[in-house]
Amino acid sequence: MVHIFCQNGYKLALDSESGAVHILSDIAYSILEKFPDGLPSSFDDVPEFEGFSKEDTKEAYEELCQLRDDGALFSEPVITKPLKYTPGVSPIKSMCLHISHDCNMRCRYCFADGGDYKRARGLMSYECGCRAIDFLLEKSKGIKNLELDFFGGEPLLNFDVVKKLVAYGREKEKEYGKNIRFTITTNGVLLDDESIAFINEHMSNAVLSIDGRREVNDYMRPLANGSGTYDKILPLYKKLTKDRTMDWYVRGTYTRRNLDFVNDVLCLADEGFANISVEPVVLPDESEFAIRREDLPTIYAEYDKLAEEMIKREKEGRGFTFFHFMIDLDAGPCVYKRTKGCGCGSEYVAVTPKGDIYPCHQFVEHTEMKLGNIFDDTFNGEIASEFAECNILTNEKCKECWARYFCGGGCCANNYNFHKDIKEPYEIACDLEKKRVECAIAIKAALADIEE
Amino acid sequence: MKNVKTLNKTTYAKNSIGAGCGECQASCQSACKTSCTVANQKCENKSKTESK
Ligand code: SF4
Ligand code: SF4
Ligand code: SF4
Repeated sequence: MVHIFCQNGYKLALDSESGAVHILSDIAYSILEKFPDGLPSSFDDVPEFEGFSKEDTKEAYEELCQLRDDGALFSEPVITKPLKYTPGVSPIKSMCLHISHDCNMRCRYCFADGGDYKRARGLMSYECGCRAIDFLLEKSKGIKNLELDFFGGEPLLNFDVVKKLVAYGREKEKEYGKNIRFTITTNGVLLDDESIAFINEHMSNAVLSIDGRREVNDYMRPLANGSGTYDKILPLYKKLTKDRTMDWYVRGTYTRRNLDFVNDVLCLADEGFANISVEPVVLPDESEFAIRREDLPTIYAEYDKLAEEMIKREKEGRGFTFFHFMIDLDAGPCVYKRTKGCGCGSEYVAVTPKGDIYPCHQFVEHTEMKLGNIFDDTFNGEIASEFAECNILTNEKCKECWARYFCGGGCCANNYNFHKDIKEPYEIACDLEKKRVECAIAIKAALADIEE
Repeated sequence: MKNVKTLNKTTYAKNSIGAGCGECQASCQSACKTSCTVANQKCENKSKTESK
């Protein structure tokens, strides 16, 4: 499958199955537009294109044929079957540890309902965390690099346990010959010198929530008492990221209320943050903040604007990274990883303060999806298999999608929330993903031009 | 080529020889936590990347 598109002044082609990306001349673009399913075997079947001589058209046609013969256009899939999954045997390598089902903030779009996930508030005990780490170490046979994200609610509300668990993990990983990468996702309010130092020493990634402009952030992300958080967290994030050597992101959410979210991204960039992730909110249609289909043209225009601004800033030597525009056209993930996507429910799980295991953090307290419990060592292989089978090689819509190796198959949790079916892609998310891939590729094209 | 400038030096087929080891990060753990994009993940397979 070949996807041709115009973005930020470039005419581009993505050969889905090989990942090859080409900047096209006008005539090459027109030929591919005319023949979306494959080039004709003879130039005699190529019509005349207005404004182009026969010689120019022929030259372009021949170059496109060359690409096809080189496996960079209209190529066949590298694999057609996902890697075999056997529940209980295939490794679980990544865990979201819900260290605190409590939160000091009341974000209006929170999928965890103010941190408590629709249930009683609760903090994870040290014992429960240890069992979860044991579970991960035991179930990750054959894999050395493991991840454990401290998530909530707000993990800093249970920071003593976080610290003790990192020590426990460091001790236990030696026994198993593994390497646990700890990460944390925090709203920042409780950060202080001590926690910043700890995070910068032990957490291989820190995700710092903030929505962008003060008024946007403070409306959407108030404290439990209703007051704003921007002025509190901004200096703390600056402090944390200033000398940090490992990965980090400032991470925001945009909603229907700030469809001009590029201003939020740029506000964060102007504050000096170089690693930014600002994502669309995912809420049921009836929510006043939910992204609606009619918002898409506005959002597309915003992504266009963001891509343009990022190219401009890169040229000026003050570029920044935007998580969903990051792609590596050469050394990115292998095709196996690309087909599996997030690995939710099979290689990635979430564990609650009670020790319940869920396919991922967004399925927590959807009890029908509960996989088991770390204390009684239960694990529902049937549900896990269902998740493993949900991938871009099997999902009908993904099979037909040009963006599938970039997307990885979308978010099962969104699919489930909107369609009650983990395999049925949530269309708005797909449309946004495709737009972001187009922008990301156009940025690569522009950077290649700068290099020349 | 006059009409085409290819941006990558490799293809999935070449980039995936000896791959699929599973050592890389789960994508939702990286920065997003609400939706998936896989293309921005780092590959951890040194032997694979070095052999390219
Ligand atoms: S580490 Fe690299 S080769 Fe291994 S599964 Fe991940 S992307 Fe593929
Ligand atoms: S989830 Fe949507 S965008 Fe992603 S691969 Fe499937 S159809 Fe394409
Ligand atoms: S299902 Fe969605 S939220 Fe859950 S791990 Fe996958 S991408 Fe992330």
